[in-house]
Amino acid sequence: MPGFGLALGFTLLYLGLMVMIPLSTVFLKTATMTWNTFWATVSGPRALAAYRLSLGASFIAASINVVFGLLVAWVLERYSFPGRRLIDAFVDLPFALPTAVAGIALATIYAKNGWVGRWLEPLGIQVAFTPLGVVVALTFIGLPFVVRTVQPVLADLDPEVEEAAASLGAGRWATFRRVILPELMPAATTGFVLAFARALGEYGSVIFIAGNMPMHSEITPLLIMIKLEQYDYAGATAIAMVFLIVSFALLFLVNFLAWRRNRRLRAGEAA
Amino acid sequence: MSLAEPVRPRALNEPRWVRWSLIGTALVFLGFFLFLPLVLVFYEAFKDGMAVYIAAIKEPVALAAIRLTLLVAFIAVPINFLFGLAAAWAIAKFRFRGKNVLITLIDLPFSVSPVISGIMFVLLFGAHGFFGPWLQSHDLRIIFAVPGIVLATMFVTSPMVARELIPLMQAQGSDEEEAALTLGASGWQMFLRVSLPKIRWGLLYGVVLCNARAMGEFGAVSVVSGHVRGLTNTMPLHVEILYNEYQFSAAFAVASLLALLALVTLAIKSVIEWRMGR
Repeated sequence: MPGFGLALGFTLLYLGLMVMIPLSTVFLKTATMTWNTFWATVSGPRALAAYRLSLGASFIAASINVVFGLLVAWVLERYSFPGRRLIDAFVDLPFALPTAVAGIALATIYAKNGWVGRWLEPLGIQVAFTPLGVVVALTFIGLPFVVRTVQPVLADLDPEVEEAAASLGAGRWATFRRVILPELMPAATTGFVLAFARALGEYGSVIFIAGNMPMHSEITPLLIMIKLEQYDYAGATAIAMVFLIVSFALLFLVNFLAWRRNRRLRAGEAA
Repeated sequence: MSLAEPVRPRALNEPRWVRWSLIGTALVFLGFFLFLPLVLVFYEAFKDGMAVYIAAIKEPVALAAIRLTLLVAFIAVPINFLFGLAAAWAIAKFRFRGKNVLITLIDLPFSVSPVISGIMFVLLFGAHGFFGPWLQSHDLRIIFAVPGIVLATMFVTSPMVARELIPLMQAQGSDEEEAALTLGASGWQMFLRVSLPKIRWGLLYGVVLCNARAMGEFGAVSVVSGHVRGLTNTMPLHVEILYNEYQFSAAFAVASLLALLALVTLAIKSVIEWRMGR
């Protein structure tokens, strides 16, 4: 097969120039700081509050996405109802809609006088300009991940397994919990990690609804942005590096999960 | 088939009320999180009438933002198209060591926060960056100018085409290509007449997604743009400025164009999936 040199050469050149060199600047810039300044920056109270919010809100949002992602995938794969195909196509909306558009739309909907906000206000629930707003935006952003990882597994599930469970006297709920759910869990876990990783770095959809109060509703990417705007490049980069390391660990986890699943599948085929 | 009817035998299906409550719950969830925001964008955009809508879009600053967004996509998408094609060719058609590392590297930009993607280019080309002094002495500007916006967009969207093509080309294999070579086709002939037609839908899919992301990118572009009205404002940045100035109708008018782009993207995606016979 021809073209190996050209294809790999161009790929490596492009990755080197566009990805590796830019990424290395974050580490090089951080390396110019002394350890004490670095530590003071990345463990300051404002930074810690931002990590806590980013990690906590992303975790809650990704968990919501697992529950509803499983439900949506199930409904789309298993049942037929009017508009099913349209809804299937719409699940990808958060991938296609620019984050700033999603951000201003959600902020308007959940504001005190918004379509949803006005009904929550009398109940004493405030969404816009609170950490709850961050969770809402991150749930929107991560919505397609679990649906799209679970759907193909659900479609490939062998009906014989369910038949066997039914013939052995298991009810539908028992079959789901004991037979189907364990089959879906690896895919759902991958979806969770993908949604979590995406939520962690998300910026555009969050800043409009979050209110961005330091120590209260300020996400980590915004804190990085604020440090940049104050020309505190070293501070911004230090926090960015901490965040990059967490993101790469998550990416590694995703690849590890995929690798383990493939290995198990192959083992299953060989048996 | 009647509504909510089982696709499978009764013993393997849920009672009717369970089916309908699951469908209902899923639809309410999607209604709140997907449809409501989408409907709101168009409602707010047209709330004050067609005249306000058209005025907001025909504003010179808005037109400049639209032009810049198109320009950025026009540069970034073709380059990432070539990159995706080359990367997928190398990975799907050949065996070599370190392939998994290469795939991870290609995916890497997806796991970098948009804001960090922007910072990297500020650290490289900004006034205090590694190449800053050199650029300044040659009177070149990358950060707070159009080249920076293009670079940040290229970084963020670089995996999109490769991501779609790699699994597709791996699944298709190389039998047809080998047949073409045996029949005496040159490398380029084989590529243009056999390989490209085989992957055309996947390629289109990747390009459409790449384009949507390139036009809609906000965080990374926000860091490198400098927000100079009429010069370095893309459409998403223009939406942000209008919104923060409480010009809600105008903000949603420009946002509605981006929402329309998203809808067109989803429509093309559905058509392609249908053609590929998913």
